[in-house]
Amino acid sequence: MNTTNLMARRPRIGFWTTVVGLLLIPFLVITFLRFSKGLGAVSNLNDSFPWGIWIGFDLLCGVGLAAGAFTLTAVVHLFNLKKFEPIVRPTVLTGFLGYAFVIVALMFDLGQPWRIWHTIIYWNTHSVMFEVGWCVMLYTTVLALEFAPVVLERFGYHAPIRMIHKFITPLVIAGVLLSTLHQSSLGSLYLIVPSKLHPLWYSQLLPLLFYISAIGAGIGMVILESYLSQRAFGRHLEMDLLEPLARGMVVALGIYGLMRLQIIARNGSFSAITNFTYEGKMFLVEFVLGVLLPVGLLAFRKLRTNPTWLVTGAFLAVLGFVMNRLNISITGMERAAGARYFPSVMEMVVSVTLVGIGMAVFALAVKYFAIFPEAKPTEAEH
Amino acid sequence: MTMGLLFDATRCVGCGACSSGCKKQNNLPGEVEELTTAYTWTTVKPLEGTFMRKLCMHCEVPTCASVCPVAALTKSPQGPVVYDSAKCMGCRYCMMACPFDVPKYQWDRAIPLIGKCIMCDGRVAKGESTACATACEYGATVFGKRDDLIRDAKERIKQNPGAYVDHIYGLTEAGGTSVLMISSVPFVKLGLKNDLPSEPPALRTWQVLSNIPNFVAVWGVFLWGIHWITARRDDVATVESHSKSEDR
Repeated sequence: MNTTNLMARRPRIGFWTTVVGLLLIPFLVITFLRFSKGLGAVSNLNDSFPWGIWIGFDLLCGVGLAAGAFTLTAVVHLFNLKKFEPIVRPTVLTGFLGYAFVIVALMFDLGQPWRIWHTIIYWNTHSVMFEVGWCVMLYTTVLALEFAPVVLERFGYHAPIRMIHKFITPLVIAGVLLSTLHQSSLGSLYLIVPSKLHPLWYSQLLPLLFYISAIGAGIGMVILESYLSQRAFGRHLEMDLLEPLARGMVVALGIYGLMRLQIIARNGSFSAITNFTYEGKMFLVEFVLGVLLPVGLLAFRKLRTNPTWLVTGAFLAVLGFVMNRLNISITGMERAAGARYFPSVMEMVVSVTLVGIGMAVFALAVKYFAIFPEAKPTEAEH
Repeated sequence: MTMGLLFDATRCVGCGACSSGCKKQNNLPGEVEELTTAYTWTTVKPLEGTFMRKLCMHCEVPTCASVCPVAALTKSPQGPVVYDSAKCMGCRYCMMACPFDVPKYQWDRAIPLIGKCIMCDGRVAKGESTACATACEYGATVFGKRDDLIRDAKERIKQNPGAYVDHIYGLTEAGGTSVLMISSVPFVKLGLKNDLPSEPPALRTWQVLSNIPNFVAVWGVFLWGIHWITARRDDVATVESHSKSEDR
């Protein structure tokens, strides 16, 4: 294990550590204001616009970008493609941190977060939010169990690890089922607002669109996360693994893009694009950046095998995904609300700080646990 | 038999007795505000030469009740859509989902709740009329059985040709509502949506949610099958390579 090597390269993230460290002070002040004065005191939310970036970014994107975890565990444990094993641990960790991020963000967004457990005792099976709540709880548990061996082995508890390994197949299947339900349910959340969400984004197929785009962006996130780890911890890019993953991403995004175009062609909202309305422009930016460019670029083997283009394509896919979720939760709702919404500085500070804390925890986990596979011969070369 | 309210805009004089009566009945703090808020559950204001009330429509199949994860909003047997503040965790999905934008939030409170007209469910349960209907001296808002109100409204439209738009708002909108409205001005000009489907929005999500058990069973078996096949392929490959090496 080249821990010394990793330690030596740690200062590389020093700049970002400082940024997050400095953000912590306003973050704590905002947290205090949020819980003493209410949501109105810190956010730009109001009766016309009850959901902002804490839902649009933190919840929708936090869950969506954690989709790499269920995709990769399925690829390795169910489709039996063992060669991807080395990137399962960092991906599951990313997924777990993504869900933790969502839960903490909900603590800010919910009016009375101390009642979050109410979903356990007061049931309403007709509510998509009820499904979302249960999926968050159960899948976070699954992710914790999938990641537990990494922690347990560090402290030498081998009996529980054997136990988890014994049940790994049902655990992974449960994870895939819950993720499928959860990713799609975030789309189902918006099925109830046919008269509010702009037709460029509304469709009865929203659950399916959310699911497929999450797989695409989840893979994009795996590639991006590999790249960031390579920079931060001086690792090499596992191009032999990332290239086939990128192919999967192109397929997922390609299917997703075609579905979007077909839906728009059918529901007659194409004119919104050609007329360059506000929604049309936002759609164009989202679709070109998040679908056309990454698919167009990474469809070529030559570009896929080039680390710079690979990472660029993955970054665009993730960016487009985030834009899509923000367009659905904010842009597409503005016209019906008769109001514009832009997050307050305090809302943004909370979101950015939470992302920063997530990345810091990732870095700490890499330092103390065996997240990445042991040094390969290729690594020893340089 | 569910109860309801009929608002006849042609009879309303905009005195605001309904709004202040509501405030008093429900112990809502402050003065009556211009728009409905968590503290002003109903308003009346001049629009297009007539007066228009805004209040919860009390849907027959309430979207808010269908989306609430903790069932804090429910449709009571007499018709009012009521709110159990002890259950609410403040997710605000009801505000997002309501086709009439009715539920409002206590943005200024550290322990916030949703605020919306509850059709004076306590009074209604005792067989009394709502505070707003009781306060109205002009018969613009009347309380009664929904079926009777519909008959009444139809009669008024028929008896006074030209005085009303031939449309009872709430008869079919979003699956029908307990609150019904008639007016001399098209409702779209009075700030009401005229494009609401007659099918309750809640059905759209139920189509998806009711399929979850099937989905879990089928997808679960499918995934297990994939695992079984790939694992079996590995086993066979191992055995074959074994027997081949033994052959040599």
